Amino acid sequence: MIRALVAAVLVLSGLGLLVGAAGLGVPDPLILVQIRLPRSALALLVGGSLGLSGAVLQGALRNPLADPGLLGIGGCAGLGAVIAFYWGLSAVFAPALPLAGLAGAALGCVLLLRFAGAATGPSLILAGVALSAIAAALLALALTLAPNPYALAEITFWLMGGLEDRSLLHLALAAPPILLGCAVLLRLGPGLDALALGEDVAASLGVPVARTLRVAAFGVALAVGAGAAVAGGIGFVGLVVPHLLRPTLGERPGGLLLASMLAGAALLLAADLLARIAPLLLPLAQEPRLGVLTALLGAPYLVRIARRVAP
Amino acid sequence: MIALEAASVSLGGRAVLHDIHVCAAPGALVALCGPNGAGKSTLLRALAGLLPGLPARDPRCVAYLPQGARCAWGLTVAEVAALGRIPHRDSAAAPVTRALQACGLIGLQAARIDRISGGQARRAMLARAFATEPEVFLLDEPTSDLDPAAAHEVMALLQATARTGRAVVVVLHALDLALRYADRMLVLDHGRVIADAPPAEALPAAASAFGLPWGPDPTPRLLPPVA
Repeated sequence: MIRALVAAVLVLSGLGLLVGAAGLGVPDPLILVQIRLPRSALALLVGGSLGLSGAVLQGALRNPLADPGLLGIGGCAGLGAVIAFYWGLSAVFAPALPLAGLAGAALGCVLLLRFAGAATGPSLILAGVALSAIAAALLALALTLAPNPYALAEITFWLMGGLEDRSLLHLALAAPPILLGCAVLLRLGPGLDALALGEDVAASLGVPVARTLRVAAFGVALAVGAGAAVAGGIGFVGLVVPHLLRPTLGERPGGLLLASMLAGAALLLAADLLARIAPLLLPLAQEPRLGVLTALLGAPYLVRIARRVAP
Repeated sequence: MIALEAASVSLGGRAVLHDIHVCAAPGALVALCGPNGAGKSTLLRALAGLLPGLPARDPRCVAYLPQGARCAWGLTVAEVAALGRIPHRDSAAAPVTRALQACGLIGLQAARIDRISGGQARRAMLARAFATEPEVFLLDEPTSDLDPAAAHEVMALLQATARTGRAVVVVLHALDLALRYADRMLVLDHGRVIADAPPAEALPAAASAFGLPWGPDPTPRLLPPVA
């Protein structure tokens, strides 16, 4: 299974380099390196971090509906980016946008850990919900106070999530925190396995429960926050991926981590390819937004999961 | 050997255990009995070192099975049992197989724990404790969800385990099982130990704690005759 997923990621990455607005084919080296490489690499990293984060959160919170968006980290990253738009920082200094997004994610992470306190499963979820609500409210405030209609349109467009026109600079800013976050999360396997039997049993098995939950929150904040800072809001990948894998790989949380990372990467690469070729096949003036695509495909799946897990 | 000296426990501001002295020596099967709310489960958690302010235990030496333990995901029986190896940080197959064998789960290894009977799931949780191969077992009602025959099987297994030099502390509601298998019965009432003796001697105290009749009549009315 892992091998098949690695192969899928490699094939889709290759296609990502060969497919673009000009159709299929080997492009000009400048286009390859400056446009398609960052785009494909970001799809790979962001998708991988979302899939892995979804698997970790579902395991840590013992909740099949847990999702990186749930912890409000993506919302905080969006808020940071919107503030950069709002004060026109991004117009003056291009990297201000991803940097502000990263700062928002980091702040969100600190607030989350502060809210959660001695974190246990439900309190971490509640802290995430509170954080999402605060971020959404401040974001709405920024939108109402937007200095001009152009800024408003720009912000809304960015919030929908997408990977087009990302540069090597975006890649350089996002890759280190995403990779670090993923490395932290991939080590949580045994702790998440033990948590399947409840926090008391996990503690009796020698797993530091509160610390495991804090590390999970920190790793998710790092990986998802950095991804959201450069790619905007891309939802449902983290929620759906572990559910797609469980029928084949079993339900042991630790056994799903690596596979979820690979499957998340493959899924987002595929969705990004779909976004790129859609204007070639359909009468569309421009590419559909990646975040819109993943939501359109993922939301019906959420309904299915919700029906299945309902008591 | 596992012990608590002069332990008092409050949960949420309410005193649950008062000045408890308990110890379970290697080789002994100790039954923890008492009415609902007497503090049995809290005492077991205190022994397991899961309450703040009490000494933590080495997870390789102490296995703890809570009341009504559930698995959040549809793990297979073999995967659940293998979780018992987490304290040792290995994935040794032999102890897991031995545990599955002891708990009568051979043939069910690949079955999902949420698709088997409650009694089988309970034994899978017990197998997880056995896979750790600890020196001390702390088991909260391991025979709940089991039919009488299976309950006797599990108690016989625990007695045999104690005879191999382990200390086994079991919360039991079924006094007949305690009387038949335990070496000592600890009766808890309102957070205090009111008896700590061989089961036959502790039985009057247990009867009074439960508010059941107990008199000079040589036939205990509380219990069916012990075979």
